[in-house]
Amino acid sequence: MLTKLSLSQIINLGFAKNGTGHWWLQRVSAVALVPLSYFIIRLFEFCNNAPYQQTVDWISFPINALGLMLWLLTVFYHAALGLQVVIEDYVAEQRIQQFAIWGVNVTFLLLGAAALLAVFRIVSAG
Amino acid sequence: MAEFTLPKNSVVGKGKTFSAAADAKNVRRFEIYRWDPDTGENPRIDIYELDMDHCGPMVLDAIIKIKNEIDSSLSFRRSCREGVCGSCAMNVNGKNTLACIHDMDLYTGPIKIYPLPHMAVVKDLVPDMTHFYAQYASIKPWLDTPTAPPAKTERLQSKEEREKLDGLYECVLCACCSTSCPSYWWNSERYLGPAVLLQAYRWIADSRDESIDARLDELEDPFKLYRCHTIMNCTDTCPKNLNPAKAIAEIKKLMVERKRD
Repeated sequence: MLTKLSLSQIINLGFAKNGTGHWWLQRVSAVALVPLSYFIIRLFEFCNNAPYQQTVDWISFPINALGLMLWLLTVFYHAALGLQVVIEDYVAEQRIQQFAIWGVNVTFLLLGAAALLAVFRIVSAG
Repeated sequence: MAEFTLPKNSVVGKGKTFSAAADAKNVRRFEIYRWDPDTGENPRIDIYELDMDHCGPMVLDAIIKIKNEIDSSLSFRRSCREGVCGSCAMNVNGKNTLACIHDMDLYTGPIKIYPLPHMAVVKDLVPDMTHFYAQYASIKPWLDTPTAPPAKTERLQSKEEREKLDGLYECVLCACCSTSCPSYWWNSERYLGPAVLLQAYRWIADSRDESIDARLDELEDPFKLYRCHTIMNCTDTCPKNLNPAKAIAEIKKLMVERKRD
């Protein structure tokens, strides 16, 4: 029973010697998303208000393409870090927890790659 | 998975009602969680009506009056009755506090009293603190000084160095903060919780301690320290008006600075 854990059992849990990097990168990526979100907001604006070719031209402009790619990389990385914390919080069973974290990482890796490829294709075609 | 509903044997039922005397004019109702492991019954809420004209001002005064005059079977911890020992920590009207320093005039209507949340209950308002105290012991809450002390003096501190312990040394380990923290509810097996982390920082911040690096090493863990998500329930509920969330943030800052050095 949880409450019967003695001091020796708590000490035997040890310490993982990591955690700071994950916590720090979550903060750094969150702060980075504030200026980088300019590009995604502009893109939505173009998607809603401008004709197709004008939108493609905007994306093809190197600074915009770079900004969008950085936003995509940061947002998927930040989401993966954040979801890992949520899973660790609420999924106690170790194997399910590890499998869920692995699944999240793979999913965001694929989504990020697909999104970057999409931008790259627009840039190369435009 | 984290448990969001009570197990069947923890579902709280209705209990007995102890009415006030007919001539009582200033009556207040107390709804108190009761559970006795010896009966095998589910917990229940007993209702006590007190004549407040003959009762002290604090929540603990009311509970002691109930035990002395109405129902001697009610179990709770208390000792100093002035917010120093931390024994009478309980959940009063939805917020963890020390019953001895909480004025009943702050509330309107009935007063609902439960044991500290998400702790195993020993009986009535008495939670099992074994794991909490073991976690406290695990952070080595004493001055760790491998070097010999000065020959003719104590280990001295400047006024400024001593001031860094203000807001930390006052903690009475009542566990109000830890048991108000959702992260501690879900992961108390490994997460140290705000009270123990505040205590850990109390020794890290002590200029006389010589094991700061080792102390930080032992906190470098996704669960021991980084389950704190700055929810701030700890600071909101602390009956001593301390700020465990800030102490935890200071530890995190030291962790990052140490990585950068």
